[in-house]
Amino acid sequence: MGGLFDFMLPELESPMTGASTDAVMGFIHLVSFILLIGITIALIYFAIKYKRKSEDDETPLITHNNTLEITWSVIPLILVFIVFGWGYKGWLTLQSPPDDAYEIHVSAFKWGWTFGYDTGAQVSNEVHVPAGRPVKLVMQSEDVIHSFYVPDYRIKQDVLPSRYTSVWFQAEEPGESQVFCTEYCGTSHSDMLAKVIVHEPEDFKIWLAKQGSGGGTPIERGENLVGIHGCTSCHSIDGSDKIGPTLKGLFGKEEQLADGATITVDENYIRESILEPKAKIVAGFENQVMTSFEGRVSDEEISDIIEYIKTLE
Amino acid sequence: MADAEVSNVKTLQVKRFKPSENPKSTFFSEEKGLWAWMTTVDHKKIGLMYLGSVALFFLLGGALALLLRTELLTPAKTFIEADTYNQFFTLHGAIMVFFVLIPSIPAALGNFVLPMQLGAKDVAFPRLNLASFYIYVVGAIFTFIALANNGLDTGWTFYTPYSTGSTSSVVWVTLGVFILGFSSILTGTNFITTVHKLRAPGITWGKLPLNIWALYATSIIQVLATPVLAITVLLLTMERTLGIGIFDPALGGDPVLFQHFFWFYSHPAVYIMIVPGFGIISEVITAFSKKHIFGYWAIALSSLAIAFIGFLVWGHHMFTSGQSAVATTIFSFLTFLVGIPTGIKILNWVATLYKGSIEMKTPMLYVFMFLFLFSIGGFTGIMLGSLSADIHLHDTYYVVAHFHYVMMGGTLIALLAGLHYWWPKMTGKMYNETQGKIAAFLIFVGFNMTFLPQFIMGSQGMPRRYYNYIDQFTPFHQTSTIGSYVLGVGFLLIAYYLFRSIFSDERAPSNPWNSRGLEWQSTSPPDLHNFDHTPVVIHGPYDYHKPMEEFQLGLAASHNGHGGHGHGESVEVTTETEKA
Repeated sequence: MGGLFDFMLPELESPMTGASTDAVMGFIHLVSFILLIGITIALIYFAIKYKRKSEDDETPLITHNNTLEITWSVIPLILVFIVFGWGYKGWLTLQSPPDDAYEIHVSAFKWGWTFGYDTGAQVSNEVHVPAGRPVKLVMQSEDVIHSFYVPDYRIKQDVLPSRYTSVWFQAEEPGESQVFCTEYCGTSHSDMLAKVIVHEPEDFKIWLAKQGSGGGTPIERGENLVGIHGCTSCHSIDGSDKIGPTLKGLFGKEEQLADGATITVDENYIRESILEPKAKIVAGFENQVMTSFEGRVSDEEISDIIEYIKTLE
Repeated sequence: MADAEVSNVKTLQVKRFKPSENPKSTFFSEEKGLWAWMTTVDHKKIGLMYLGSVALFFLLGGALALLLRTELLTPAKTFIEADTYNQFFTLHGAIMVFFVLIPSIPAALGNFVLPMQLGAKDVAFPRLNLASFYIYVVGAIFTFIALANNGLDTGWTFYTPYSTGSTSSVVWVTLGVFILGFSSILTGTNFITTVHKLRAPGITWGKLPLNIWALYATSIIQVLATPVLAITVLLLTMERTLGIGIFDPALGGDPVLFQHFFWFYSHPAVYIMIVPGFGIISEVITAFSKKHIFGYWAIALSSLAIAFIGFLVWGHHMFTSGQSAVATTIFSFLTFLVGIPTGIKILNWVATLYKGSIEMKTPMLYVFMFLFLFSIGGFTGIMLGSLSADIHLHDTYYVVAHFHYVMMGGTLIALLAGLHYWWPKMTGKMYNETQGKIAAFLIFVGFNMTFLPQFIMGSQGMPRRYYNYIDQFTPFHQTSTIGSYVLGVGFLLIAYYLFRSIFSDERAPSNPWNSRGLEWQSTSPPDLHNFDHTPVVIHGPYDYHKPMEEFQLGLAASHNGHGGHGHGESVEVTTETEKA
């Protein structure tokens, strides 16, 4: 129903979550369109037919008509009950992930996404999933509220700090779908994008195996952590200043602080800046807020990050 | 019982007072000068001061909108930085909601028209009325301080914990909104009292103009809902300045609680904005079709129904927020119920046109635009109330388009209808009708060109509040931006011809539309005390089948001490009216 309005929607890639949504949207658009045309025709017809002929025109006294009032209250009431029930049914499906769903952990932060797998593998801004299997995302935010939205799947769920929320979908065919953050979260809100990459189940297994479990040398681990925690969305590694100072050539550099003091960047300064970002702010960045990573990165991880920063000369 | 009934009927000696077409004194000619205006307790002057302030804020909010649209011409940076863009959309929203839409119809047009439609000399508490204007000014000053000092980047919704951590001037703006709220509460209290106590003899509840019913319903919402906003922004201020954890999880608070508090006010606030618009539509559509309103009680009571059900639907802003499933279900259901009285109104207005004598003057053009645009706003509201559809559409441009169709296509277009309708009464001058029609056409075309593409791109997944966007949305954004320029030209044209009319020599007649409304039975512009007699009302405000002279009655014996002689022939009519 309502094929007339299909052009408004992107291609549906997860029929299990989206088919009912598309159907109810098509129905509402179609009925609304018919009613709107009716109202518009009535308006134009009356305006022409009953155009004022002279200032002395007399009009009949029509004060009300109870039959009409009841008719145009009850018919819309029935229509909205249909729409309520239909929307409710589709929404129940969205709320009920199948028991055999493959679970992936999602961590949202300003401004990026990290996806964690049961093997220990972590990837940022790309979530790889198998085709033809329900996938459930268990999500949490590290700072402010974000929202996980995949238009192709017709799913959206806010991601909150200190609380888990979840969302599910089942992509039927291999391919890519766009992920948007849809809860305003600051400067780079519109760059907080990700992709869902759907593999054939076999290819997915191969891909997952290749990710390992987050091992490697300290420098490799550090590079991975800097990506996962989204450090580079504010701190570039190419020497340009973004929201915060660049990481390139940072280690050993003399920095002018906002309070006028100077400091040489060493291990302790980097550690302090990660755990207590407001303690010593570099001049020129007074108005930016960085959230503390206290409790989110371990001492070993901080050491790995420092090793990686040292390589950015 | 019989005695009580007898004492309810009063016999009044009335005579006809025909408004002079060439008044010797008006509220402009009395109490002149800057100081007199600034200290005035005259509801008409206060209404005009509100109108001027609202127009200034609209200019500011509109300019911000055009800057935003210009930035969105290209997917990446066009001419401003992301942080600037975020500040602009925040200020555009906050200014348009708190400083334009909420005060526009009630405080500006309502202040001018409400006492006149009741046949009163002023509102019940004239000094309080002036106080609420100055409170509005103080609230505005706080916002300007914020603008000059770091701006605001939280979105007009101030969602926590983003607003708790933001380095912009959140506290200045929340305090500004807190102060502004009192202005709204005091105006609401004033109007409720005025409607109850100051109706002229003969104006029973069944003879109240529908504009009064709408303003009455609005005032109830203002008085009941605004304190909750005050509490919310105060709690937010306490959290930011004193570190008391209420909404920020880092301090042990709950960010979703903030959303509940915020929308508990801000959803009813949507009705504070739109219900007064309904009132204007009822007045204008009857005057320009010379016809009795169809379904007086259906329209009057549906305003009250909207006001009350409107309190119970705030959770429909939070379907994706993580609120409980039961709450989500109930809020969706109630949301549909609020759609019904709105639909009833639209159909009653269309039915009013049937067998009317329709004249397509500028105010009526805006009424037709309203009926078309607001219907689209309403239908897409049904879409967004539907749970599964809302999950897909929430926080996309579909929502942006929806609320612009309701707030701009509804409230603002109704405001333009009312402004053009009452302009000759307010200023005593007539604007250029041809230019008025051209501007209405530009606004209609520009508006649809701006916002129709937003429904499509929103449905295809374009999120709102995005500085950058992916390439596939470019054609929609560009069409929308060009449309917004057309819209801007339309508004400039209105500003031009209205401004010019003030300085023209041509006087507007006292009742250019032959309206039966009581406010038109005064001179244009009105006397300082509105009428130089006490009006007596024997017919309803839409009784277009009754002769005009029966709408021009006043007490024969002067009680008000402002010259009881009146103008024109004096008709000695003894007539029975119910006691007001």
